[in-house]
Amino acid sequence: MTAHRGGKSIPPKVWAGVAMVAIALALLPFVAALAGQAWVRILNFAMIYIMLALGLNIVVGFAGLLDLGYIAFYAVGAYMYALLASPHFGVHLPFWVILPLGAGLACIFGVLLGTPTLKLRGDYLAIVTLGFGEIIRIFLNNLNAPVNVTNGPQGINLIDPFRIGSFSFAKAESFGGISISGPQKYYYVLLLLTIAVIVINLRLQNSRLGRAWEAIREDEVAAKAMGINTRNVKLLAFAMGASFGGIAGGIFSATQEFVSPESFGLFESIIVLAMVVLGGMGNIPGVILGAILLTLLPEVLRSTMEPLQNLLFGRVLLDAETVRLLVFGIALVAIMLYRPAGLWPSAVRKRELEAPKVAAS
Amino acid sequence: MQGENRVDILLQQLINGLTLGSVYALVALGYTMVYGIIGLINFAHGEVVMIGAMVALSVVTALLGAHVSLPAAVIILAGLFVAIPTCMVIAYAMEKIAYRPLRKAPRLAPLITAIGMSIILQNMALIVWGRNYLTFPTIIQPTPYNILGASITDLQVLIIVLAGLLMGGLVFVVQRTRLGMAMRATAQNPQVAGLMGIDINVVISAAFVIGAALAAVAGLMVMTYYGIAHYYMGFLLGLKAFTAAVLGGIGNLAGAMLGGILLGIIEALGAGYIGDVTNICGFPFLSDTLQQQCAGSDGQVSMFGSNYQDVFAFFVLILVLIFRPSGLLGERVSERA
Amino acid sequence: MSQLSLLVAKDISKRFGGVQALTDVSFTINHGEIYGLIGPNGAGKTSLFNVLTGIYEPDGGSFIFDGEPLERAKPNEVAERGIARTFQNIRLFQNLSALENVMIGRHVRTKAGVFGAILRDKRTLAEEAAIEKRSYELLEYVGVSKRANDLAKHLAYGDQRRLEIARALATEPKLLALDEPAAGMNATETQALKRLLEDIRRDGTTILLIEHDMKLVMSVCARVLVLDYGKKIAEGTCAVVQNDPKVIAAYLGGEVTLDLKGA
Repeated sequence: MTAHRGGKSIPPKVWAGVAMVAIALALLPFVAALAGQAWVRILNFAMIYIMLALGLNIVVGFAGLLDLGYIAFYAVGAYMYALLASPHFGVHLPFWVILPLGAGLACIFGVLLGTPTLKLRGDYLAIVTLGFGEIIRIFLNNLNAPVNVTNGPQGINLIDPFRIGSFSFAKAESFGGISISGPQKYYYVLLLLTIAVIVINLRLQNSRLGRAWEAIREDEVAAKAMGINTRNVKLLAFAMGASFGGIAGGIFSATQEFVSPESFGLFESIIVLAMVVLGGMGNIPGVILGAILLTLLPEVLRSTMEPLQNLLFGRVLLDAETVRLLVFGIALVAIMLYRPAGLWPSAVRKRELEAPKVAAS
Repeated sequence: MQGENRVDILLQQLINGLTLGSVYALVALGYTMVYGIIGLINFAHGEVVMIGAMVALSVVTALLGAHVSLPAAVIILAGLFVAIPTCMVIAYAMEKIAYRPLRKAPRLAPLITAIGMSIILQNMALIVWGRNYLTFPTIIQPTPYNILGASITDLQVLIIVLAGLLMGGLVFVVQRTRLGMAMRATAQNPQVAGLMGIDINVVISAAFVIGAALAAVAGLMVMTYYGIAHYYMGFLLGLKAFTAAVLGGIGNLAGAMLGGILLGIIEALGAGYIGDVTNICGFPFLSDTLQQQCAGSDGQVSMFGSNYQDVFAFFVLILVLIFRPSGLLGERVSERA
Repeated sequence: MSQLSLLVAKDISKRFGGVQALTDVSFTINHGEIYGLIGPNGAGKTSLFNVLTGIYEPDGGSFIFDGEPLERAKPNEVAERGIARTFQNIRLFQNLSALENVMIGRHVRTKAGVFGAILRDKRTLAEEAAIEKRSYELLEYVGVSKRANDLAKHLAYGDQRRLEIARALATEPKLLALDEPAAGMNATETQALKRLLEDIRRDGTTILLIEHDMKLVMSVCARVLVLDYGKKIAEGTCAVVQNDPKVIAAYLGGEVTLDLKGA
C-alpha cells in the first residue's frame, strides 16, 4: 500500500520482466488464433470481465457494499452505445465519443442506485441492489411501446463496430504480409483499456479515497467518527464502479454488434460477483485472476465436455451452459466454505509479512 | 375499462390479489422464520417452492400416465405427499451443508452460499425437468361463482382457506408447543437458549424444514392456479415473497402473513390499473403515430402495461427498505453504538 | 461563556425508548485541561459521548464548541470541527495495518479526491508522503511504531488502545474524547497511559476522559463531572467532588465502590 518509492529508480530486473510480459501479451492473440478465432474472442471477453470485476471490486471489495445489481451499469453502457451507433435511431457517433458518455451515464445511474441504499445494512443492501438490477432489465425488455426506445426483447442489432476514419475494427486486414482479424484488432484496444483500468484501480486503492472506502468496509461508525463523509464516499464507490461497467458495456456492444436484455440478468451480476469473491475481495491481482479463470474455465469445459459426452454416451446429456452454471453455483458454495478469503493470498496479509518500509526517523 | 363497472373490477382484483397473496404469505413465512432465528436471507427458498411444484407435477403426471383411476383430488394429494418430504429433505440438507458451517462467518458468506445453492437447485431442476414450460394436466376444472359481479373459483377459495389453515397451524406450533417456544427463544437470543438446554441445531433445522413444507404446498398451489411450472419459476416468486416478508416486518410471523396478502393485493391492483393510470390518450399533445394508435385501440395506449407487474414488487421492496426497514409490524430498531 | 471554555453543554437530554439516558446535563470544559467524566455503570457516560459526537441527536439542549454551536452535527462534521473520540469497545479498522489506521485519521485534514488519486499529481503525492510521515510520527508518539505494519486485529490489547488514540490524534482535534482508555490495563500500562495523556495535554489538546479507574482520574484530571442515572450530581475539581456526599452515596449505594484500583 505504501505506493511511492520516494525517487528510487526501478531496478533493471523489473524492466526486463515487464518487457517479457509485454511481448507475451502482444503476441498472445496470434498464438490464440492458432486454435481458432473463437479463442481470440474469448480472450477479449476475459478482458471485458476483468474490467467488470475490477469495477465491482471497488464497490464490494474496497467499500464492502454488496451490490447484486451491478450488471445494470454494464447494460446502461451497452445500450447507450447501441442507441448512439446503430440504425435504430439512425445516429452514428464515433466510439471515442460514446464510451466516455456511457461511462458518465453509468456513473449517474450508480449514484441513483446508491443513494437509497446509504442507510442499509449488508443483506438489505444486497436485495435492494438486486431489485434495481431487475427493474432495469424489465424496463429494457419493455420500453418498446408506446415509444420504441430499446426495441424490447428483440434487442438492437447492426451496431457499428469501432471505427477510426475508414479503419474499422471489425474487418480482417493485412499489414505488410501479416493478416490481422477483427477480434485481434479489438484485442489490442481492449488490452490498452484493461491496463488503464487496472492502473486506475491500483491508484484508487493506494489513495486517500481507497483508504476511506476500506475504513467504511471495516467499521462504518468509526469511519464517520474519524471525519469521513460516508455518504459521499459510498456514492463515489458506486459511481466509480459503475463507470467501469459502463465502459465495458460499450465495448461489449461494439464487439458483439448486437445487444438484448437477455445478457443483463441477475446471473450475469452473480457471475461478476463470483469473480470478485473467488479472487479475494478487495485484492486486485486476485480479482483479475478470478475473472480470467471464470471466463476461460467454462470455455475449456465447453470445448471438452460436449465431445467427451458424445464419446462416452453418444449424446450430450448436459449442455455446456447448464454445466457452466452448475459449476458456478458449486464454486460459490465451495469457496465460502473452504477459502472465503479467495484463491490468492490477500495483499493485506502480504503487507503484514513484509518488513516495515518506513524507516525509523 | 373506462368507467363502467368499477366496483366489480375492483372486487375481482381484490379476489385475485388475495389468492396470490395467500401463496406469497406461505412462502414468506419460510423466509421470515429463518431470518428471525439466524439472520440469514435464504436465497434458495424460492427454489424449494419450485421443486415442490415440479415434484408434485411429476407424481401427478406419472399417476395419470399409469391410468390409475383415482379422483383428481387424491392424485393431487399424492403429489403433495411426495413433494412435501422431498422439499423438507432438501432444505435440511442445504442448511446442514451450506449454512451451518458458516454460522460464525461474516454476514456476506452465507448470503453468497445461499446464492450458490439457489443456482445449484435451479440447474439441477433444469437437468431433471428440462428447459421448457411444463403444463399441469387439466384434471380439475375450477368452477366460478359470482359475487357482486366478480367471479371467484372454488380453486381460489381452496387456496385461500388452505393457506389460512396452514398459517393458523404454524401459529399454534409456535405459540403452544415446546418446539415453538424453543424457536422463539432462539430467535431472541441463541446463546442463552443454548445454555438453557435448547439444541440450537434442531431448532434451526426445524425452521428450515417447516418452511420447506409450506413452500411445497405453495408451489403446488401456484402450479394448479396458473397451470404451468418451470425451472425458473422459483426466482421471481421467491423474491416477491421475500418482499412480502420485509413489508410485514422480517422475523415476524404475523408480519409475513400480512405482508404476503398485502403484496398480492398491491400487485393485482397495480397490474389491473396501471394501464388506466398511465393512459396517455388523454393528453392533449400527441404525435401523429400515437394519435393513430389511440384511435385504433379504443382510446387505450398505456405507457406502462400489466407487463410491468413484476416491477411493483421490486418498487415496494425498495420503498419499504428505505423508508421503513423494520416493516409494518416490525419493531423500530434503534442502533446503539 | 469565557474565552477559557472549549465546550459548553447546556441541558442535554436523551431518551432511548423507555429509558431516559440523560436529563438536563450541563457542564463546561476549559481549554487545555483534562476533564474527567465518571459515574456508576449505566450512568449515561457513553451516551453523552455519543450525543456529543453526533451519533445520536439530543432530544433537548445544545453544545457550543469553540464559540460556535454544534447544531445537529453528524459524526463526520463533529470530527471536522475538532472533536475526536475513541470507543469503549475499541473500534479499530481490524484488517488494516496500524499505520493505515492512523493514516485514515488524517482523512479529515487532507484533500485529495478521485482525480488526485487517479492522476497522482505532484500535490497529491506530496500530501500522501506527508500523511504517511505524520502517521508514523503519531505511532511513535503513542509507542506503537514497532508494529506499524501489523494488522490492527493482531496487536496486543494495550497497543490497540493506544493505536486508537493515535488515530484520533491524527484528526488534529481540539478536544480528544476518550472512552475508558485504561479499561483492562494493568498498573504499568496505566502509568504509561497517564504519561501519554499528560503529553497530549501539554502539547495543546484538551482531553475529555471517561474512566472507572479512580486513581487515574484523580491523578490526571483537573476537573470532573459526575453522572448518575443520566443526571449530573456534581462538577468541580477532584478534591471537591471526592468529598461530595452525593457522589459517595451514588458509588457506595450502588454496585461500584470507590476503592482505588491496586491500592
